[in-house]
Amino acid sequence: MSVLAYLVPIALLLGLTGLVAFLWSLRSGQYDDIEGAALRVLQDDDIDQGA
Amino acid sequence: MPEPLDLSIFVRRDGGISHLDLAVEGIGCAGCIRKIEGGLKHIPGIVDARVNFTNRRLAVDWHDGALKAGDVISALERIGYRSHPFAPERAETDEARHARRLLQCLAVAGFAAMNIMLLSVPVWSGAAADMTPETRDFFHWLSALIALPAAAYAGQPFFRSALTALRRRRLNMDVPISLGVLLALAMSLLETARHAEHAYFDSAVMLLFFLLCGRYLDHAMRRKTRAVAGNLAAMKGELAHRFADGGELVAVPVAALTPGDRLLVRPGERVPADGTVISGASELDDSLVTGETARRPVAAGDGVYAGSVNYFGALTMRVSAAGTGTLIDEVERLLAKAVTARSRHLRLADRAAQLYAPMVHATAALTAIGWLIAGASLHDAIITAIAVLIVTCPCALALAIPAVQVVGSGALFRAGVILNAGDAIERLGEVDTVVLDKTGTLTLPEPQLANAADLDPDMIQKAARLALSSRHPLAAALARAAARERVPYSDALEEPGLGVRAPIDGVEARLGSLAFCGIAAPPDGLCELEPATTLIAFAHGDRHALFALRQTLRPDAVAITKALAERGFGLRILSGDRPQAVAPIAARLGIAQWQAALDPAHKIAAIEALKAAGHRVLMVGDGLNDAPALAAAHVSLSPIAAAHITQAHADAVFLGDALAPVLRALLIGGRARWLMRQNLWLAVVYNALAVPVAIAGFITPLLAAIAMSGSSLLVTLNALRARGRGEEGAAVAAREDAVTPSLHSAVTVP
Repeated sequence: MSVLAYLVPIALLLGLTGLVAFLWSLRSGQYDDIEGAALRVLQDDDIDQGA
Repeated sequence: MPEPLDLSIFVRRDGGISHLDLAVEGIGCAGCIRKIEGGLKHIPGIVDARVNFTNRRLAVDWHDGALKAGDVISALERIGYRSHPFAPERAETDEARHARRLLQCLAVAGFAAMNIMLLSVPVWSGAAADMTPETRDFFHWLSALIALPAAAYAGQPFFRSALTALRRRRLNMDVPISLGVLLALAMSLLETARHAEHAYFDSAVMLLFFLLCGRYLDHAMRRKTRAVAGNLAAMKGELAHRFADGGELVAVPVAALTPGDRLLVRPGERVPADGTVISGASELDDSLVTGETARRPVAAGDGVYAGSVNYFGALTMRVSAAGTGTLIDEVERLLAKAVTARSRHLRLADRAAQLYAPMVHATAALTAIGWLIAGASLHDAIITAIAVLIVTCPCALALAIPAVQVVGSGALFRAGVILNAGDAIERLGEVDTVVLDKTGTLTLPEPQLANAADLDPDMIQKAARLALSSRHPLAAALARAAARERVPYSDALEEPGLGVRAPIDGVEARLGSLAFCGIAAPPDGLCELEPATTLIAFAHGDRHALFALRQTLRPDAVAITKALAERGFGLRILSGDRPQAVAPIAARLGIAQWQAALDPAHKIAAIEALKAAGHRVLMVGDGLNDAPALAAAHVSLSPIAAAHITQAHADAVFLGDALAPVLRALLIGGRARWLMRQNLWLAVVYNALAVPVAIAGFITPLLAAIAMSGSSLLVTLNALRARGRGEEGAAVAAREDAVTPSLHSAVTVP
């Protein structure tokens, strides 16, 4: 069972990374306009720039 | 030449960058985002333009001095969007911050709950198999490591609110929640230190997670309605014409006015603020202020109130400090009294908490004492008592009401009713008497063409198009009611006080007073239909037409009042207008109990009398004179066209020309309240089952977890039923009146 001594902390660390990523995305305003984000992904203005 | 527009109060400056928030009409698709942002970013000086599609808003930043706020608005107009500047309300920004904070807590609680569960499940299933006590302890300590900081962070919304309540020597639902969480954590920590078999870290954190879900949803719903209300307010935002120091006119938003400003009020405009007339003479339509439909002549020295419509001459007025007019004084004084009286209303949730908390805590204490008497050790007795506290899980109880509130306010929102107060929904459910104001509530706020059926459609069209050139409020009403082509005739000339004339097809046409159009006397019968009718004449060559304009009932008023009466609501009309104007309306609606010529104090007295007779009153009103009555009533609604103060004191605002939202609000409220009570009973039944098991000492962490999530799910699912039948009222209304659906498109509700 000694394998648990490092497997469990690793699992927790991974979860914690997810939590930190979520808090960061929240802080940077990515949840302020959810409907808009769904539409912006369809815009192809990035292609215009390349052409 | 248009006068300059000064919008500087909406612009916020920060480090060389100016920032402006706008509510934009007509954003409906992805293309709009690109058109607006792309179009604005091309303008030199603009740093950033960002559309918030969810709120239908736009935030623009530019270098100080490069542009003016008006330039942004006209640029948007060129792209094809009408926009309205606004300063975000303090309450709205506070709520946004609070919602973000709740979401952070929710994330932390969710993370902790998942990981603790990951550690708890092996303990539960491993207890039967070959898990060593050392491994179990290791898992328990890890759980403690996660649970303690997580609860310290995510539990704050509950701990704070519980502390505030306790400091005021009151109990709310957060008190038993906080106590349960803290005790569960403390006991688990002790048990872990003693190498015991059971720890309740998962229960404590899961409890927080479920409750935060409920809180966040509740908050999100309220924030959404507030955003729509903010946009509506911005779209209503009116301009005032202020004399600058040099004597020239500058258009400023009404919010920027200060006492002492001199304003010009042109014919056809609304008086933008309270004040006194300095020069000029005119007639004012005070119907939004007092409910009186007959016009009031004013001259220099007379007091005027925000919301009145100026009919004839241009007025110069001076803005006075808020609350110096006699009527405003009276209204403010009555309001202050009514508002303090209302705050005594106790929410259903708090009433439940006041019953629940002492009972649970007494049960836990009795359990401990009982076990001690029965000979158990002090440790076992306390553990069992705490298990009782955990399992009587305030979870279901604390979700029972907010869950219904979220679903119910969503249903109201779709019905075109925007809630101001969170607990209005349960108060709507208690109503048995509906008190209606007449002017602007039962009737439409603007005068309507009453005799369209008797007239030649071609003449109506011509007259309506000609009316577009006039600023007179009645002409505006005629134009709104009938003009299909919104292009005014060229060479139209307005003769103040008389009417407007223009050549149509080479023949002169005139619209205005009877004398102006060469008509000697009105034919009999047209004026006698109703007292508040005004006639406008139209002459084109030798053809004549007479238009009767008056306050008309909302299109579905008859159907809705009938439906209300059928459902057993008592109906009353309390109006500030003359009895002659109220009587025919009451007769048409079949409302026997009506009172007319009431001032604000009398309206309150009438409502207090109803309350004293044991009735729960819904007051629907729009005028400034209704504001105290709205605050005094058990719950109140006002149409979106209502005066500012009135809207602020109504519990909810409804949109559109139809009266149907009133019926729907009552139906949805009734159903929501029924579901809330049902949910509370479900929670009681759950507790009745779980508490004996806990008292007997059979509760394990596994059982606690199952019971807790099971009961929470049950009440949440039950709450979802609040959305279903609210639509039934909509169907009733829609059958009887096809006008209703249009109201949403006006607001671009997502």
